[in-house]
Amino acid sequence: MLSSARVQAPERRRPQPWLIRVTHWLNVPLLLIMAASGLQIWVAYPMLGPQGRPYGWYPFQGVPPPEWMRLGSWLAGARHWHFAFAWFLTLNGVAYVLYLALSGEWRRRLFLPRRDARNALDTLAFYLRVRKHAPAQGLYNGLQRLAYTGTLALGLLAVLSGLVLYKPVQLGALTSLLGGYDAARAVHLVILVLLALFTVGHIALVLLHPRSLAEMVTGGRKPDA
Amino acid sequence: MPRHLLTRRKALLGATSLTVSACDSSRPREGFLGAMERFNARAQAALFDERRLAPELPPEETTPPGKFPEYFVSDTVPLAPTGWALQVGGMVARPGVLTLDALQRLPRTDLRIRHHCVEGWSAVASWHGVRLSELARYAGADARAGYVELRSFDAGYHSSWDRPSAFHPQTILAYGMNGQPLTPGHGAPLRLYSGVKLGYKMVKYLTKVNFLPEPTGGYWEDRGYEWFAGV
Repeated sequence: MLSSARVQAPERRRPQPWLIRVTHWLNVPLLLIMAASGLQIWVAYPMLGPQGRPYGWYPFQGVPPPEWMRLGSWLAGARHWHFAFAWFLTLNGVAYVLYLALSGEWRRRLFLPRRDARNALDTLAFYLRVRKHAPAQGLYNGLQRLAYTGTLALGLLAVLSGLVLYKPVQLGALTSLLGGYDAARAVHLVILVLLALFTVGHIALVLLHPRSLAEMVTGGRKPDA
Repeated sequence: MPRHLLTRRKALLGATSLTVSACDSSRPREGFLGAMERFNARAQAALFDERRLAPELPPEETTPPGKFPEYFVSDTVPLAPTGWALQVGGMVARPGVLTLDALQRLPRTDLRIRHHCVEGWSAVASWHGVRLSELARYAGADARAGYVELRSFDAGYHSSWDRPSAFHPQTILAYGMNGQPLTPGHGAPLRLYSGVKLGYKMVKYLTKVNFLPEPTGGYWEDRGYEWFAGV
């Protein structure tokens, strides 16, 4: 059991403790493998909606993704990649969430609407040049907390919708919860698109603030006592 | 410490080449991917609950006429040879041959459930036929026969099933679809249909059902697709 005496308060810790760094960087190959093998699986039937009733809102019915984005060569190969590495992505996520919960890191990382909503709006106003000065912040501003908490929620939903696609009958309760097999397939693809968009923004902002990249590599400096 | 760096680099390179050779997409049954597939097969079998049923769907969910895909591996639609009958063999007390009439005299089961294809699409039809467990009872299948092999007249297409999935109440030998006799495109005169496996496990154009002590692979399974393939 982690006693409060042995666990440092997050404010006294390095900006990026080692478990955060390890799980963060493991996500890079794991998410790439899952996305690329997922797109190869998608090629076998690049449509949304059940047979004979394609979803009208989906604009790219029948359009397969380009070959350079794919991994696994063919459907069976890609499925083996996807179902092998899904375990490691899930374990990585579980390790991260457990660490957040037990260490108290969730307090400075997760988006708590009452605390962070105002700051998120002010930061957005600052980025949009509506506001002159960035609002005061600790490790993260409200907008960062919203983005990172959002990706965590997307990750959870990716795993749940993926489980529905893998075992729609054995996990029937989960299938109904997500609105059925074909709905879960749409959810799974939309999450991929959202995570890809997040990654583009994430990399762009890291390039604007290179210190955050250094901290995610070295852990950063402990705050002065 | 150049020496320390060198060993770390070597270790990294070694790990990378190991990953590359252990993850060969053209041979997914080998190396690391193969080990994970065997792990996943055990996980799927453990998750399988023989009492859990695929939900019965209302008629409105039926896939529109002509939109339920028709798959076979022959160049043209396989047609039943004259005098077709189903051979039942392996570890059974009463091996023999059943005509379509004889099969239709066994208790009939009707299903309207979702079909899940390995490609990712789903479709819905109603199917009627006789439970595979009913045929096993009729033929006196041995309790030690842990697997069921299904063979067809579609260019050697075949598959084999674990007993719990084969004996599931929603696993039937179907001779009808949407209230009509099966058409050649959907596996006439007799095909396997089930709520608990992916489509490629449901052998069409059946010729033989054998109750066996060992699994015997399958057409797609031997080419690299998962053998268990539960849904």
